[in-house]
Parts: sequence; structure tokens; C-alpha cells
Amino acid sequence: MVDKSLELFDCGHRACGGCGPALLARLILKGTGENVIVVASTGCMEVFSTPYPETAWKVPWIHSLFENAAAVASGVEASLKHNNRTEKVVCICGDGATFDIGMLCISGAFERGHDITYICYDNEAYMNTGIQRSGATPYDASTTTSPAGRLSTGNSLPKKDLPPQILNAHGASYVATASVAYPMDVMKKVEKAVNTPGACYIQVHTPPCSTGWGGFDGSKTIEIAKQAIECGLWVNYEMENGELTAAKKVRRIPVETYLKAQKRFRHLFKPQAVTEEIAKIQAIADANAKKYGIDIERNE
Amino acid sequence: MALRIGCAAAPGRAQDNKTGSWRVFMPVVDMEKCILCGTCVLICPETAVSDKDGQILFDLDFCKGCGVCARECRAEAITMIQEEK
Amino acid sequence: MMQIMEGSHAVAEAAKLCRPEVVSAYPITPQTHIVERLAEMVADGELDAEYLCVESELSALSVCLGSSAAGSRVYSATSSQGGLMLMAEVVFNVAGMRQPIVMSIANRALGAPLSIWNDQQDSISLRDAGWFHLYGEDVQEMTDQHFIAYKAAEQHDVLLPGFVCFDGFILSHTYEPVDIPTQEEIDAFLPPYVPYNKLDAKAPISMGMYAPPPDYYMEFRHETDQALQRAGAAISAAGKEFGEMFGRDYSGHTESYRMDDADVAFVALGSLCGTVKDAIDEMRADGIKAGLVKIRTFRPFPATEIARALAGVPKVAVLEKNISLGSAMKGAVGPEVKDAVTGTGIDVYSYVLGLGGRDIRKKDIRAIAALAEKGVGNTFYGLRTEVL
Repeated sequence: MVDKSLELFDCGHRACGGCGPALLARLILKGTGENVIVVASTGCMEVFSTPYPETAWKVPWIHSLFENAAAVASGVEASLKHNNRTEKVVCICGDGATFDIGMLCISGAFERGHDITYICYDNEAYMNTGIQRSGATPYDASTTTSPAGRLSTGNSLPKKDLPPQILNAHGASYVATASVAYPMDVMKKVEKAVNTPGACYIQVHTPPCSTGWGGFDGSKTIEIAKQAIECGLWVNYEMENGELTAAKKVRRIPVETYLKAQKRFRHLFKPQAVTEEIAKIQAIADANAKKYGIDIERNE
Repeated sequence: MALRIGCAAAPGRAQDNKTGSWRVFMPVVDMEKCILCGTCVLICPETAVSDKDGQILFDLDFCKGCGVCARECRAEAITMIQEEK
Repeated sequence: MMQIMEGSHAVAEAAKLCRPEVVSAYPITPQTHIVERLAEMVADGELDAEYLCVESELSALSVCLGSSAAGSRVYSATSSQGGLMLMAEVVFNVAGMRQPIVMSIANRALGAPLSIWNDQQDSISLRDAGWFHLYGEDVQEMTDQHFIAYKAAEQHDVLLPGFVCFDGFILSHTYEPVDIPTQEEIDAFLPPYVPYNKLDAKAPISMGMYAPPPDYYMEFRHETDQALQRAGAAISAAGKEFGEMFGRDYSGHTESYRMDDADVAFVALGSLCGTVKDAIDEMRADGIKAGLVKIRTFRPFPATEIARALAGVPKVAVLEKNISLGSAMKGAVGPEVKDAVTGTGIDVYSYVLGLGGRDIRKKDIRAIAALAEKGVGNTFYGLRTEVL
């Protein structure tokens, strides 16, 4: 028998095989431990983990709406504080709930500085409703609402630079990015965040949504996630009290390697390579590398 | 079963849903190659792998056969094989 | 103790006496004096509560939901657009999640066009959300209704949220003599909140799960409706107990005024009832046999009680400070009153009046009685035809 006594996220949930967010849910709870209350937004994870009455959550969990998790968490935290309770409060919300519709409540919660940890599982589009673009969708990704076409190369806007530009600017105690490609790092950062007083934010790349990104099977979840980091389009970093304190260094690979594996970028390569667009995406990776200093120099 | 007020439920019922029935390929481990690094245990989105007493165990009631464990196994000890059902 | 007090401050006193652990609100005219007063109470240490000054109404009620789910008694107050309408999605959600939150509504019109003045469009528009609705006629009644609301909401066979509605400015900003109970008295009436279930790491549950169609959704909606029906009895029982303790009985969901032998009956909610009562006195003095059935509890709708109160009255005029745009009777309350007396031969008419703070005078009430006698109704009353 497989020993599940230490697991706080139960099997039997209805995520797709190889689902990054499902893995993340497990990892988050390993980071928080059992003395936690989870607040979820509406989204894929909420739906696949809690079809009544089969909840996969072995910790207290609440879902209200798509856009209000940060406010619900504020309320939970206020109640706990008033009663001297010790549970940690953790929001787990998708990128649509975070980057777009939930921004108002997030701004308020971070301004007020509640002792909560807000974790965004970022699979870069509205996956639950059929892969529509969100503010987290990267440049040129083809989604059902930013389709590539004769006059379009996909999503025309760059991914919103949320963690430093918005959360850090709100005075968050701790802001970090992570990726399911590095499970120990996720757990470590979650543990750090829940033990840091004040409002903390972690954005976890949960690629790939094999359904939403397409072009590969579920077994490549972690492989593709690693490529995102290796090419510089995703950077794992930490910011503490406003300062960048760590960023994962890599020997960078060209962005093509990462893009080519995914159906959402296929239009950049077929029927022929759109070199101008690929160069723009490479420039995004180059800018990331410079900003966060992630390139391993030859002599390192 | 009486409904729980407010669409609430206690844990324990998720395992009613035996997701192993979704599987097409099943993981098989070669313990000669396995280095017991624990990667497959850590990265399974289904909590369907464990290492106990030097053995790797797959919970086939829940393993969806995604193959992440096989792909990430640095010892290449796990293979996915078509399952006879 | 009897005091002269502004309506909003009386409501704030009532909220304080209910000992909420968390207060979360966003300032919105004409509710502002309530939340300002509560903020002062917290700042002065008069009220031991977490006061969350949030960035929107959406968050105000979401915060309350989180705190309530964690086991706290909570309070909020709101009004109209920017306010109640912005939190509308949460309003429905709170009822479905069965959290016994009490929220004051200082009734105000909805735009467009913008109006900060009173009618009851805001709360009436959310009549289907699963909250019970109490309407106060004067500062005393609306103050007392807060105690009753908490008591009823928190019964474990109810577990539903409730609105305490009162007309913005007309009641919220009016000074009236009001008897504010002591803390000891309210503690005796309203025991500490005992959650039915709550978020607790020692006994984890999942709240607000997804109800996969088609297996459970309808049954949950049915349960919420059943609970709201039971809320009627709980409100009545709490109102009766309150009456026994404080001498002001609220066991009835309606209140009849001079209904004996009435030829025409008004049905109304809120502060308008005071004007109607005065108009009735004058009409009676002139030989017009008019009466009033005041609706105190609008949800659950007290159809049986209304039918009993209206029995034998030939004409009924429902005074509506709301409009259900595009509906046949125009007002939202009228059809429900009509349904309550269906088959009795009583004629029920709606009159939409007083929208956006338009003044309603005794002579208007008398004119409406005349219209009802003539069988003219389901119409706006008091339009300035010269600007149309």
C-alpha cells in the first residue's frame, strides 16, 4: 500500500493526468503543514479538487467566488487574529483570478498587510473555461481569445509583470516566483512565506497545462517547466522587503526550444518560422536575464 | 446521504473516485536501476507513488498513467507499458 | 435608556451591542455615519472588534464571509450602487454558504441617473438572493431589528444572512428618541455565536464546494429555500422574545393599522408607513375607511399573514418605492401581495412612488386611495408630466 498518511492533498481528484496545479497543491501543503486554512478562487483547481462531496483537501478549505479570495482570506485572518488562533492563511488562485479579476481584492489585502500568503498558480490562461487569454498569457501565445490568424501572431500583449511591479510595490513582506519543475524550491518558499509576517506573494509557474498549451503529453509537465526557466522566459526569484535577494541562474538555451514544444506557439514555426516574432520573444528572455542577472558566466 | 449545509464536506471522500480507471499506460519500476532518490514520490500529482522499505510502490487505484515519474526518473528505472485491461 | 439619537448612530450602537468580532465596510452614502461611528467605537476601545476598512463593497462582504466561516459574528452595512450592487455576487454566495451575517441597508436609489436619495430599489432588487429582509419604520424599530436579525440568523435550523433595511436619509439621518438596551440586556437576549461548522485546522472541512451538475445543485438550492422559510418562524420567535424582554413586540411579520372594516388597504414597507398612518387618521376622520398593512419581513414573504390581514378588504394599494422595470404591475411587491390574496376577489394595485427621494405627502396617499377605489393602478404615481 502506498502510504498517504502524511499527504494533505488527497488522491481521487479529477485533474488531467500530469497536471501541474495538482502537483502544486500537494507541494504547497507540504510547505504549510496541517495548521493552515486554504482560500481558493474559482478555477480549475477548485473544480477538480472539490466536486461535492469528494474534497481532496485534508486541511480547512473555503471557496467563495472567482475574484474575492484575497478578501475572504483577509476576513479569515481577522477572525483568527481576534481569537488568537495560530492557523496560517493561504490563498491558492489561478492566474486569471490573480492577474485580472481579483486584482482589486488583492490590492486591498496587501495594502492592509494581512498575515496571509497568496499563491498564484500560473498556467498562463483561463484553462478552466477553455483556454482564454489572461493578463498572465505570454506574448504571442495563441489562445481561444487571442488566436493566431492571418493578421495575428497570437496574444499581442506581454505577460503582466505582476510580482515586482504590483505586489512588491504594495509593500509585500515577501515576493517570490517558483516553478513546479523544482518541487523542493516550491516547498521551501511556501514554508518561508507562511512564516513571514504580513502579506506574502508567490507565483508558481505550473506549466504546462498539457490541455491548454498543447503539443505534448502530460508526462512532459516538468520537462517543459524546466525549459521555461532555462530559456529565461520564466525566472525563479525572491524579493524580501522590496529587494531582490535571489534569482536562479541558468545556462540559457534559445527560446525556440521551449516554444517549439508547445502547440500554442506552433504558428511561429509552421508553415514557416516567423523569425521576427521569435526574436521579440528572445528579447523578452534577454531582458529578463539582464534584469535578474540569471546568466551563468563562462568562468562560473 | 444528507446534504451538508452550505455545500461543505469533510475530507475522506475523494478516494471514492478511483482515477486509476483513466489509465492507458501503467508505470513499472526496475528496482535494479532504481536509486531510491524519491523524485517519483515527490512529483506525482496523484500521490500515487511511495517508497517504503526500499521498494517503489504505485497505487494503481489512482495512478492516471501520466508518466511524469517515468520521464523524470534520472535512473531511467520506470517504464510506461500498455496495460492489459 | 431613551436617548435622542441619529438613526445611523442608533444602528451603530445596536451593532456594537451585538458584539461582532469583525466589522468590514466601505463608506457609501447614506450608510457612512454608521461605519464612521463604528470606527470611532473601535478607535476608542468601546468595541473590541477587528475593523477592516476595505477597498470596495465586494471586499467588505467577502471579508465578512471569511470571518464568519472562521467562526466569528460579523457586521457590515451598505447601500445602493457602488455598494450593495457591487457586492451582489457575494450576497448570493453568502446565502448559499449559509453564513449568518447581518448587514444594514440604508436604502437608496440605483442609477442611472445618479441619485443618492432614498427609495428601496437596492434591497428589493436582491430579494431572490436568499437573505431574509427586515424593514424598519422608524429608528426604534430598525435598531431593534438588528438584535432580532442576529438571533434569527444564527439559529442552526436557519443559518442564513439577513438585511436590516431602513430608508436612507429619512431614517438614517434623522434624530429620533430611541431606547437603546444595555449590554447586559442584549447579552441576555443574544448569546455568543455558536457556529454550526467553521474553518478549523483541528477539524478540517471544505466549504463552498463545487456542486457538479446535475447531482446536487438543485437540492442545495431547495435547502436554502427551506431554511429561509424556517427563518420566518425564527424571526417571529425572536421578535416575540424581544417583546417580552423589552416591551416592543415584533412577533408579526406585518403590522396592521386601523384595518377593521377597511374599504381600502395600503401595503407599504419602511418609513413611508408613518406618513400613511397619519393620512389614514385624516381619511378616517373624513369618513374614508382606510387601513395599512405594514410589511416588516419581506423575505421570507409572509403571504399567509398578509392574506389574513387583508381578508375582506375590496381594494388594496401597494405603495412601491421600487420599480420592476418592464413588469406588468410595475412594482415588485404588488404581484406577491396579489398572489397572497389570489382567489379572494380582492383587487390589488401597485403604485410606484417616491423614487430617488421624491417626497410623499399625506395628500398623495389620499389620492392613491381614490385611484384604487376607481380601479386605476399598476402605474407611476406623482410623475411631473410637464417635463416628460
